[in-house]
Amino acid sequence: MSQPFRTEKGGRIDRAEELTFTFDGEELHGHAGDTLASALLANGVHLVGRSFKYHRPRGILTAGSEEPNALVGVYRKSDQTPNLRATQVELYDGLQAISQNRFPSLGFDVGAVNDLLSPLFPAGFYYKTFMWPKSFWDRVYEPIIRAAAGLGKPPKNPDHDTYGNLYAHCDVLIAGSGPSGLAAALAAAETGAKVILCDEQAEFGGSLLSETSATIDGKDPAVWVAYAVARLGAMDNVTLLPRTTAFGYFAHNFVALAERVTEHLADPDPRLPRERLWQVRAKEVVIAAGAIERPMVFPENDRPGILLADAGRTYLNRYGVKVGHKVLVATACDTAWQAAFDLADHGAEVVGIIDLRESPPESLVAIAAARGIRVEAGCVVTGTLGRKRVKAALLGRLMTSGQVASGGQIECDALLMSGGWTPTVSLFSQSRGKVVWDAEAGAFVPGKSVQKERSTGAANGLYGLEASLADGYAAGEGAARAATGKSAAIAHSRTSGGEAGSGGTLGALPHDRNASRVKAFVDYQNDVTAKDVKLAVREGMQSIEHIKRYTTTGMATDQGRLSNMNALQIASGALEKPLTDVGLTTFRQPFTPTTFGLFAGISRGDFFDPVRKTPSHDWAVAKGGLFEDVGQWKRAWYFPENGEDMHAAVERECRTVRKSVGLFDASTLGKIEVVGPDAAEFLERMYTNPWKKLAPGRCRYGLLLNDAGYITDDGVIGRLADDRFHVTTTTGGAASVFATMEDYLQTEWPDLDVWITSTTDQYAVAAVQGPKAREVIAPFIEGIDLSAEALPHMSVREATFCGVPCRLFRISFTGELGFEINVSRRHGKMMWETLAGEIEKHGGAAYGTEAMHVLRAEKGYIIIGQDTDGTVTPQDAGMTWAIGKKKPDFVGKRGLERPDLKAENRKQLVGLLTRDPKIKLEEGAQVTILENPATGTPAEGHVTSSYFSPALDRTIALAIVKNGHALEGKTLYVPMPEGSIPVEVAGTVFYDKEGARLNV
Amino acid sequence: MSDLLASDLVTPDAGEAPLLGLASVSILKVAPLTRFSFRARTASVKKAGAAVGIPLPIKPLTSETATKRAALWMGPDEWTLLAPEEDLQAVVTGIGSKLGSEPHALVDVSDRSEAVIVTGEKAAWLLNTGIFVDLSQEAFPVGTVTRTVFHKAPVMIWRIGPDAFVVEAWGSFMDYVAGLLIQCAQELEAA
Repeated sequence: MSQPFRTEKGGRIDRAEELTFTFDGEELHGHAGDTLASALLANGVHLVGRSFKYHRPRGILTAGSEEPNALVGVYRKSDQTPNLRATQVELYDGLQAISQNRFPSLGFDVGAVNDLLSPLFPAGFYYKTFMWPKSFWDRVYEPIIRAAAGLGKPPKNPDHDTYGNLYAHCDVLIAGSGPSGLAAALAAAETGAKVILCDEQAEFGGSLLSETSATIDGKDPAVWVAYAVARLGAMDNVTLLPRTTAFGYFAHNFVALAERVTEHLADPDPRLPRERLWQVRAKEVVIAAGAIERPMVFPENDRPGILLADAGRTYLNRYGVKVGHKVLVATACDTAWQAAFDLADHGAEVVGIIDLRESPPESLVAIAAARGIRVEAGCVVTGTLGRKRVKAALLGRLMTSGQVASGGQIECDALLMSGGWTPTVSLFSQSRGKVVWDAEAGAFVPGKSVQKERSTGAANGLYGLEASLADGYAAGEGAARAATGKSAAIAHSRTSGGEAGSGGTLGALPHDRNASRVKAFVDYQNDVTAKDVKLAVREGMQSIEHIKRYTTTGMATDQGRLSNMNALQIASGALEKPLTDVGLTTFRQPFTPTTFGLFAGISRGDFFDPVRKTPSHDWAVAKGGLFEDVGQWKRAWYFPENGEDMHAAVERECRTVRKSVGLFDASTLGKIEVVGPDAAEFLERMYTNPWKKLAPGRCRYGLLLNDAGYITDDGVIGRLADDRFHVTTTTGGAASVFATMEDYLQTEWPDLDVWITSTTDQYAVAAVQGPKAREVIAPFIEGIDLSAEALPHMSVREATFCGVPCRLFRISFTGELGFEINVSRRHGKMMWETLAGEIEKHGGAAYGTEAMHVLRAEKGYIIIGQDTDGTVTPQDAGMTWAIGKKKPDFVGKRGLERPDLKAENRKQLVGLLTRDPKIKLEEGAQVTILENPATGTPAEGHVTSSYFSPALDRTIALAIVKNGHALEGKTLYVPMPEGSIPVEVAGTVFYDKEGARLNV
Repeated sequence: MSDLLASDLVTPDAGEAPLLGLASVSILKVAPLTRFSFRARTASVKKAGAAVGIPLPIKPLTSETATKRAALWMGPDEWTLLAPEEDLQAVVTGIGSKLGSEPHALVDVSDRSEAVIVTGEKAAWLLNTGIFVDLSQEAFPVGTVTRTVFHKAPVMIWRIGPDAFVVEAWGSFMDYVAGLLIQCAQELEAA
């Protein structure tokens, strides 16, 4: 198929393998080894997108990840990934790409009217325009701005792909595989150090892959690259990661890499992740990120067909693509000349080399002359013509006055430009290093290292092939020695050619045009012009940080790698301050845009968070039980039967427990075994209650406060032996109670001979509650007497259940006769199924957390975190009985003495009974004194728990109410949208106030 | 470290099919065994070792193994003791009689954890998909043991061979740990 701009030979593409792809539906062809950008250029397609603000036609500008214009969407699996840089998208057969930010088509875009209206859109336009009327912001401005903003369309479906993660450690991590990076890798690897070499491109080699005019060890640089990569690949201590971007440099030499695993494949194995996040801890880091070329800031420098000179050379030498048939080269430095020579050698017509400098090196002028290329020194481009592709350039001759005189125009179908080179200091900057101004290089280069890293080669402002290799070897050797103490000798390769050029320019170029009418772009992606930067300064911005935010220059995805230096120079000129006084903005993670999927990794679906299940889980699922999440746990909520709704199921479960017997899974409660001679002393200090006199075999309810005196947790604690307690905590509080105890043990009382061990997962716990509980468990328990006399309420014994050792507690969270049986988790299923079978014989039923909540509320048992909120004291909760009055100290004791905790008017836990027994209050509803308080009246408190109580055949509620204990019998109100609900303040115990049902 | 390292103690559960069986890595459920958390002050460590029949390691992150016994360092005053299932009472009695009234804590945590053996040339790679510890043999030689996290779950890992690890997690976390290990290994099956 015709690829009119493909060279006849050369390049690293596989000419034998032709690939078909589409761009905006048009079928095109390229070769294996192409990027989408190089394939488009081979087909003569330069127009690939519309700019962000003015919707100007834009073409491919670069050949790297800094590309600001060629942002495309790529379809895969019937969904679209937006904003991929065409320069990084590797071509595969069947690739479908679309352009963005255009409507209805790339060629005709209605948004382009913005370009004509551009005088209305100066920098700071939004700030100036949308300030009034204020009310318009929410309803008018913001929706419209949001609709117009953004590039590309977000994908519609959940991500089809998976994302991998790998933690890795190495001695030397090298980011970048150009001459310096490869040399560093060879030198470091030779010492035996563990080396990771990564490069964002598909192939290692960086600039060497486009270098055809130099040699290394007498060979083509690409041949040397192949040798080096093969050598590294054969070494066990080296990990090679192509297509891998070092995008984040964090503290302690922790570097994040994004490896694109399958993005380049036409039909990837679905078992492979799309990308992999490497989280690397490197002893030493070598930053060999190279340098990127700067655009020249002249009017209309953004037309399709205008590229950076080195990009033009890369497309030619690496991809076998001529960017045009009639190419004009505009430059301020030597390196662009080689692009002109290479193009001429491949048969392209180079219509001229326009050099800003009065006297470019004579050697270059001589080579140009030999090829018959017209050279204009002391000359600039002052404008370009052509809409969807550059047609011609206007030339201007620099005069000694500093003015520019028209130099006519010159026809071309491509324009290559070079304003010089900017070292890529992003990773260095991310490592918290500060850059310093290198006047000789005309660039900011890495200053003092803050972390264990070193920059090498062009990233360090060092150019020229020989120097880059030598610097790379030294960096690799040095890094390996610093990391491992080892060194090794390695033969250094010799080069010829590839000399460092000189020259370069910063800022806007002079021209003879009407400055107010032309646009010379500084930041392509954000459509910021030289004019905008000057305007920002005129309007009072002085710091580069303010200029950046006001104009948005440097705020695009390249973070200003292309634009910062030019913007800085323009600001410096406008401010009449030296460039170094204007400052440079900080580069941040990520180096290039990184997918959300990479960060989410495995945290999605079933693995978003651990899902903890109890041994009865499968039984509950089979029974049709519904579950609720309690922290990471799945707890059975209720078990509907015969089409019951939740209300009916919960009511039945509650009645069954009170009438016969219920079975409940209490495995999720936290369990801590406290062991040691000082176990009782330790609990005495942790909990409000006294423990020393609790006899082995007995249990007590424990209340845990924080230092401030507020309730934080509770649970029943059984004494198994003089020096051994079985502590239970709430489900949600298990981890924090354990951590708090360990904290006190290690920091406050290291002298105590006591140790705590979490046994939450050691035991499965079945609670059997109800009048028939004893009958239900009796057949399975051996070794102890279950009678009320031998085993009274609040006792604990070690026994066996079906022959398996168990800890049997006689305790109750329902107000009924109750037992909680702890067996090893492994036997939990057996225990549950045994008991589930047995209760059926007694007319019993399994019940879930909802019925448990109702049953405990009927008894006024609080739930931490529901009836307490971190500001409730034992007094507030009516639980002063739980405080050991004679104890010298416990956690929170001093807190309880604070004046505000002893003051009047504290909110206290009370019961509420609605006047109408059928009305159920909303949990969280406010409680007031007046039936219809004026708006703004503070509430007296709020409802914490509210249920229909089957045992009382009416609704009940618990609430926290100011001075609640003194209000018993009084009427308060719960105002609701449908009207205020009168409620009577009651005690917190609604059912079996004497506790007769417990002691049977 | 001896060759018989834990091999007679931590064994695949014969009754369970392998959770994963690839050429480069497999995951096998470990048969039940006795586990204790043992806590004591330094003065009692030697005696405790004699009682268990194996010196308790005092070098951080190391383990000691003997026939049917293993002791894993968990902290400066904390060890995990492993023994065959049927030896539970023997360990309790042994330590009880040797230490007598010397302060210590011995807690049965046999069923708190479940364990899998991850073995194969890709074993360390697979663990490193979710564990940030350097598992190279230089940094984490055979016998090394540590508590850490695998993605979002707390786990204990113990290297019992150059390409073999025991991964323990609390029972209720094992679905997550084993499930993710299997998911993360999926790509190894790709061509």
